[in-house]
Amino acid sequence: MNQPYPKIRIRNLSKSFGSNYVLRNINMDVMKGTSFVIIGGSGSGKSVLLRCILGLMAPDSGTIEIDGKNIFELSYSEQAEKLQEMGMLFQNSALFDSLPIWENVAFSLLNGHRKNQPRANRAQARKRANRVLKLVGLDANNIEDLYPNELSGGMQKRVGLARAIASKPEIIFFDEPTTGLDPIMGAIIDNLIVDCVKKLGSTTIAITHDMASAQRIGDQVAMLYKGELIWQGEADKLMYSDNPYVHQFTHGLYEGPIKMEIKV
Amino acid sequence: MYQMKRPWIWVAMLGRMVLNGIKETGTLALFAIRGFINIFYPPFYWRIFWGSLLDIGYLSLPVVALTALFSGGVIALQSYTGMSQYHVNSAIANIVVLAVTRELGPVLAGLMVAGRVGAAMAAEIGTMQVTNQIDALKTLSTNPIKYLVTPRLLAATFALPFLVLIADILGVLGGFTVSVIKLEFSPEGYIAATLNAVKPIDITIGLVKAAVFGFLIALMGCYHGYRSRGGAQGVGAATTSAVVAASILLLVFDYLLTDIFFAK
Ligand SMILES: Nc1ncnc2c1ncn2[C@@H]1O[C@H](COP(=O)(O)OP(=O)(O)OP(=O)(O)O)[C@@H](O)[C@H]1O
Ligand SMILES: [Mg+2]
Repeated sequence: MNQPYPKIRIRNLSKSFGSNYVLRNINMDVMKGTSFVIIGGSGSGKSVLLRCILGLMAPDSGTIEIDGKNIFELSYSEQAEKLQEMGMLFQNSALFDSLPIWENVAFSLLNGHRKNQPRANRAQARKRANRVLKLVGLDANNIEDLYPNELSGGMQKRVGLARAIASKPEIIFFDEPTTGLDPIMGAIIDNLIVDCVKKLGSTTIAITHDMASAQRIGDQVAMLYKGELIWQGEADKLMYSDNPYVHQFTHGLYEGPIKMEIKV
Repeated sequence: MYQMKRPWIWVAMLGRMVLNGIKETGTLALFAIRGFINIFYPPFYWRIFWGSLLDIGYLSLPVVALTALFSGGVIALQSYTGMSQYHVNSAIANIVVLAVTRELGPVLAGLMVAGRVGAAMAAEIGTMQVTNQIDALKTLSTNPIKYLVTPRLLAATFALPFLVLIADILGVLGGFTVSVIKLEFSPEGYIAATLNAVKPIDITIGLVKAAVFGFLIALMGCYHGYRSRGGAQGVGAATTSAVVAASILLLVFDYLLTDIFFAK
């Protein structure tokens, strides 16, 4: 069988903080132009996994290949080039609080290292920021000169999303894109993520706690439990999985093999 | 763990301290070099540079001016009470201008700026570190050292000599005011004595010292901010370390530079 080589290929990835083994032997493949969703309980290591793929955190062992190249063997400038093709929405948005909204969104156009691309001037960048802000459902004309701390949490999240997609990256990571949004806005954002995949041809990895959202945006879904990917499959099979862990998690059941460590 | 006999524990602890010290120095040196050589690789972030220059050079003026004014005055007063028995009043102008241009100008301005600017830099960069903004910079293909550290290092290196020049002038003015108004010297005599005593080389060396101090202050602010861990507490600790380290380094380098330039 002549399968195309995955865009992102992770093998035996492990990461621990002291005696806290957060990721154990993770293997996963993400195909080009598809959307991969990671679900899992709070503290199961989802954010850490994304940070490792982005190269923000060094794993203890294992390999991460992007376009067939192990990112830990790249030279400094090659790594910078790879990062240029990636965008990330952080769980806490991580907006630059000393810059106005529009400069946040246009940041990589204004400041980023962009090989073979001239840097945008401020007027162009502002226009682009305005367009992307409208795309994420924000009232661009009224907020683009405000500062991040003048926005609500959900609005900040959408600004973070706008910043992640503004440079049309090839790979986009979303850490809980719809958490803190109202259901309708959540659906709009889900649509936007699907559009990124369909129209821009981006490859995306998203973390979510919302099963409806996982099914809407995901082609593939994987569940992380105690540092291992215990289930992987197509998004439309997610709710019908016979894996007891997945079943309990996706249906939000109290009874099941997953025992929350709560001491009363 | 292997139990060591008492005397050896001290040796081991001493060894560990020395090793940590060496490691720390190495990390700091590497950080400084990375901050510095990025000047030669485009892009250079002019906005950050001008912003810091304004912050350090212009907004520190009141603090530095008041410090210099009163220090010049107090030197005049002290040397008068100390020397009135010898009837060598003309020496006061001499002492004031030498003390101010050689030592007090650079050191006091440096210490004031360390408290004001070093702390602010550590707090700002530290907050960016603990809220993932520095990671966000990386994902927006911007080198955080080049974006945050390099312009600040350069701005402080340029701003401090300017501040010290102002401090020199105001320090002498402070001495002049006290001598003329309180000690009832003749203004012409004081000015003549000052002009007679002041040497361009003293001023120049003071300004060279100032440039070194400026670099050290910004380096400490950025370095400790960049290494912040944890939350608000970590940022607070980084701020304190930045100011303490900058002040101590400043006095050490003051001695070293004086030794190089004046002791012949
Ligand atoms: N920088 C760090 N230092 C030490 N431990 C960390 C660090 N980052 C994460 N951890 C630990 O790794 C584990 C997984 O954290 P992670 O942020 O990946 O969780 P998550 O799956 O994203 O959870 P959530 O859904 O709540 O965001 C946690 O136990 C956390 O304590
Ligand atoms: Mg998380």
